[in-house]
Amino acid sequence: MSKLAEYEGPILEIDKLSISFFTRLREIPAVMDFSCVVQPGEAMGLVGESGCGKSTVALGVMQDLGVNGHIVGGSIKFKGRDLGEMSADELRGIRGNEIAMIYQEPMASLNPAMKVGRQLMEVPMIHEGISESDAYQRALEVVTDVKLPDPERILKSYPHQLSGGQQQRIVIAMALMSKPSLLILDEPTTALDVTVEAAVVDLVKDLGKKYGTSMLFISHNLGLVLETCDRICVMYSGEAVETGSIKDVFDKMQHPYTQALFRSIPLPGTDKNAHPLVAIPGNFPLPHERPPGCNFGPRCDYFREGLCDIDQRVPMADIPGDDRHRSRCLRIDEIDWNAPVAASIKTAKTEPGDVILKMDKLKKYYEVAANALFGGGGATKVVKANEELTFEARESETLAIVGESGCGKSTFAKVLMGLETATEGQILLDNKNIESTPIQKRDTKTVADVQMVFQNPFDTLNPSMTVGRQIMRALEVFGIGKTDGDRRKRMLELLDLVKLPRAFADRMPRQLSGGQKQRVGIARAFAGGARIVVADEPVSALDVSVQAAVTDLLMEIQRENKTTLLFISHDLSIVRYLSDRVMVMYLGHVVELGTTDQVFAPPYHPYTEALLSAVPIADTRVEKQHIVLEGDIPSAMNPPPGCPFQTRCRWKDQVPGGLCEKEVPPQRSMADGHQIKCHLAQDILERMEPVIKVAAE
Amino acid sequence: MGLFILRRTGLMLLTCLCLTFVVFFLTNLYPNLEKLAKSQGNVRMTDAQVASWLENRGYDRPMPVKYGEWLGVVPGWTYQNQDGDTLGRCVSITRDAETAPRFCGVLQGWWGQSTVFKEPVASVVGDKLGLTGRLMFWVMLLMVPSALVLGVLAGMREGSTTDRTLSTFAITTTATPEYVSGVILIAVFTSSAVGLKWFKGTATSAMDNPTFENFFLPVLTIALYGMGYIARMTRASMAEVMTAQYVRTARLKGVSFPNIVMKHALRNALIAPFTVIMLQFPWLLNGVVIVETLFNYKGFGWTLVQAAGNNDIELLLGVSVVSVIVVLVTQLISDIGYVYLNPRISVT
Ligand SMILES: Nc1ncnc2c1ncn2[C@@H]1O[C@H](COP(=O)(O)OP(=O)(O)OP(=O)(O)O)[C@@H](O)[C@H]1O
Ligand code: SF4
Ligand code: SF4
Ligand SMILES: [Mg+2]
Repeated sequence: MSKLAEYEGPILEIDKLSISFFTRLREIPAVMDFSCVVQPGEAMGLVGESGCGKSTVALGVMQDLGVNGHIVGGSIKFKGRDLGEMSADELRGIRGNEIAMIYQEPMASLNPAMKVGRQLMEVPMIHEGISESDAYQRALEVVTDVKLPDPERILKSYPHQLSGGQQQRIVIAMALMSKPSLLILDEPTTALDVTVEAAVVDLVKDLGKKYGTSMLFISHNLGLVLETCDRICVMYSGEAVETGSIKDVFDKMQHPYTQALFRSIPLPGTDKNAHPLVAIPGNFPLPHERPPGCNFGPRCDYFREGLCDIDQRVPMADIPGDDRHRSRCLRIDEIDWNAPVAASIKTAKTEPGDVILKMDKLKKYYEVAANALFGGGGATKVVKANEELTFEARESETLAIVGESGCGKSTFAKVLMGLETATEGQILLDNKNIESTPIQKRDTKTVADVQMVFQNPFDTLNPSMTVGRQIMRALEVFGIGKTDGDRRKRMLELLDLVKLPRAFADRMPRQLSGGQKQRVGIARAFAGGARIVVADEPVSALDVSVQAAVTDLLMEIQRENKTTLLFISHDLSIVRYLSDRVMVMYLGHVVELGTTDQVFAPPYHPYTEALLSAVPIADTRVEKQHIVLEGDIPSAMNPPPGCPFQTRCRWKDQVPGGLCEKEVPPQRSMADGHQIKCHLAQDILERMEPVIKVAAE
Repeated sequence: MGLFILRRTGLMLLTCLCLTFVVFFLTNLYPNLEKLAKSQGNVRMTDAQVASWLENRGYDRPMPVKYGEWLGVVPGWTYQNQDGDTLGRCVSITRDAETAPRFCGVLQGWWGQSTVFKEPVASVVGDKLGLTGRLMFWVMLLMVPSALVLGVLAGMREGSTTDRTLSTFAITTTATPEYVSGVILIAVFTSSAVGLKWFKGTATSAMDNPTFENFFLPVLTIALYGMGYIARMTRASMAEVMTAQYVRTARLKGVSFPNIVMKHALRNALIAPFTVIMLQFPWLLNGVVIVETLFNYKGFGWTLVQAAGNNDIELLLGVSVVSVIVVLVTQLISDIGYVYLNPRISVT
């Protein structure tokens, strides 16, 4: 089948599209009155929170909404032809050939029982009817294009034999096999590590240019959209609320939701004391619980009764003077868009107190069977999850632990909590050794002192017990309160502390939203007056608009209780925003440790430098040095000899004598409290340029 | 792979030893032996007579020794009776004490003498296994492909009319035991009651000369029962695979529906039911007992009934050994096949 005839106008025109899902209970209007135009060669970003209908739009374009999804209004035109009116055969000719789609989980979108090569070759063989050997040549070409090493071997592998980053590259290669004119990417990098994400995004951008492909790039990350797209469309609760060029929307936003979104994400310059984040109040409405009038009304700062809540759809309005910039708000002209953030409460910086926690040369090795299934006595391998962790944490200090998957962040948390015991070294809590006391053997005080907030609020609460009961259980475990009445009282106070209505005590976890569940998790952690709280990616599973609220809550409680917070995260923006000191880990090693200012400014450890460059920042004024790391993070089972970072380090050749490949670098002290684990000579380190520059306003 | 098979074979032999010892132990318990003595000798034997009868035939010695003899790793017993004749385990084969071998057990190929058939156990088991093998072969040939087709068709469009019809059919056939479906089939297709005299109600003649007419009903009876189960498994697995992301990927690549089913879904959908299909082999041996009796087809299942009913210890042992081997071999094949189907498992 060949391509559609050349067409002059836009590649994709979505006009007043409405999509509903029909369930037994009701109709769920997932997308309403959505319009958007993608011109040839243009990249359009679609951002919005989880559940706002981004994926539904994408699947609507692919005409693949499943049995219960239907387009109930509007049209989708591709190269001028209405996709809704095409026959199944015509659609098949377009899918994969003219429009290709990439979605979130690479592993799940590759067929596990088919060799990668076959899956790639299939595309041109179907659409262009070319022979197997031609298809193989094409596959080889495209795999080389997506910068995979050893393409021939890759084509012969099964998906499970590739790493996550490699799989995602294969998925991208598959989408490009027939050189489509439109590529839809639905959160293509959310499952990947930051440095790998940066490389994949870079690749997509380059290939888009090389093949002249238009793109619809779906993401919840504004920074990523800034880096990849020309235009942006912000969605809220099924509607497009603002659309325009990146520059217009980022710098001259004309919708209260867009504005609130930008104020709730940490950008360079925000600071937890001087310029705290502004959380968007309330929760995202479910599709069938939308308010009358403006969907954003109940959470909008500029809401006006009698105007915004009239039961009538708010129309999209053009912003005169800008390039196709439109916004869905009734008060665009009345709002002073340049007014500074009002009513941000400044707080005094808290001074760290005494050292509470001390880690000394802590090591944790795991032994794993080399082959689990048919093993039976095979050799065991040692995974060095943590190598020589040495640091101190003080009272009311926030220490961030940063690193990508497999760097040993969570292992460290487990050892500290007593869920695992250390292999070597010591952990001193108030000068008492706790490294080899498992949690069952710890006294109540120690258990209550060291608590944890988990990444996923969805699986840490017992689904069949009311919220109040669960907190009271925790109190019981910590030996707080003599009677149930005491504990109930304390529980209600804890609910106040995490700003949940007291009525929530009788609710079941499933009746809470993600952010509310995370608050319960926090209440539970602080139930016993914890002095050290380990927060393992506490907000990464939450929506952007909720993240700020939860983060602020955590900070506030910490300030009041003088808690030591160990904040584990891969998100450098948030780390910069809230931490006092930062520890960067890579493959079990602490590669850099220092105050936030020290770590975020040169001299950097080469890995920190790359990490900083990889993190997308949603600010048009920021200029970043472009550093792309080659390859993937090595497996912890099989770490490289010498410096753990040597396989991807761009500074390696500056160290004479191949030292990086032979010896693990020593921990070097740079300035007061700033340590770097690298062989680079002092003068080279000092010559490093800052990665992030904020242009003067 | 070679090493894996070797290891599994070793494990299999070990299992075989344990299981046969259990069967040996149970069949050689005194009450059984007493019954044997009385049925072979005289029903009105006194206890003393029983004891001496057993002694004459070597049944009175310790269990492990007897087991060893049966296996062929311990020399067969010999016994000088009052008349001066030498009796012995191995003597009874050649009927001559001089030329009798020292060892005579399973390992030497001597499985004992069946008391019911008055023939060596090995030949009885061999014959009957052949007959049942033929039955099973046709059952598998009918059951597996139709079950897979049924399951795939039903699971490929979950919730469709095809799905519902086929699923109901599958549930009905699994829920009907062989002794019910067999009787119904006989009534419908062979008796004058309904009038459809298409098939024969007995399969006795099929032992020498199987034809469609005399053999189809027993085959169908067993196949129907097993088919529903496999079809259900395949359907569930297929339905799950059809909602997998990679099937959506294939669809959005423009692969046509038949090709999605054949190239992308099928292999993945078969991984789970494959083990179930292989488990059907040993399990069908049970169904065979019923059906062979019902259709008077004198195969392995029928023999088992005879052996158990008549306390034919040696035959019972022989039948057990063969069953155990059948079960273990299918397990081995099943594991190897699974590895082949599922690329995520490697044995090296
Ligand atoms: N098959 C379905 N049946 C019923 N409702 C659905 C179905 N698919 C999606 N929805 C609903 O439609 C709405 C939009 O969903 P969609 O998946 O498009 O959101 P999204 O913006 O892609 O979110 P995320 O960022 O989490 O991927 C949600 O409220 C969702 O619950
Ligand atoms: S229409 Fe009213 S409520 Fe809606 S965004 Fe504009 S000001 Fe806010
Ligand atoms: S030691 Fe060498 S390889 Fe490691 S980070 Fe420093 S320069 Fe790079
Ligand atoms: Mg989505």
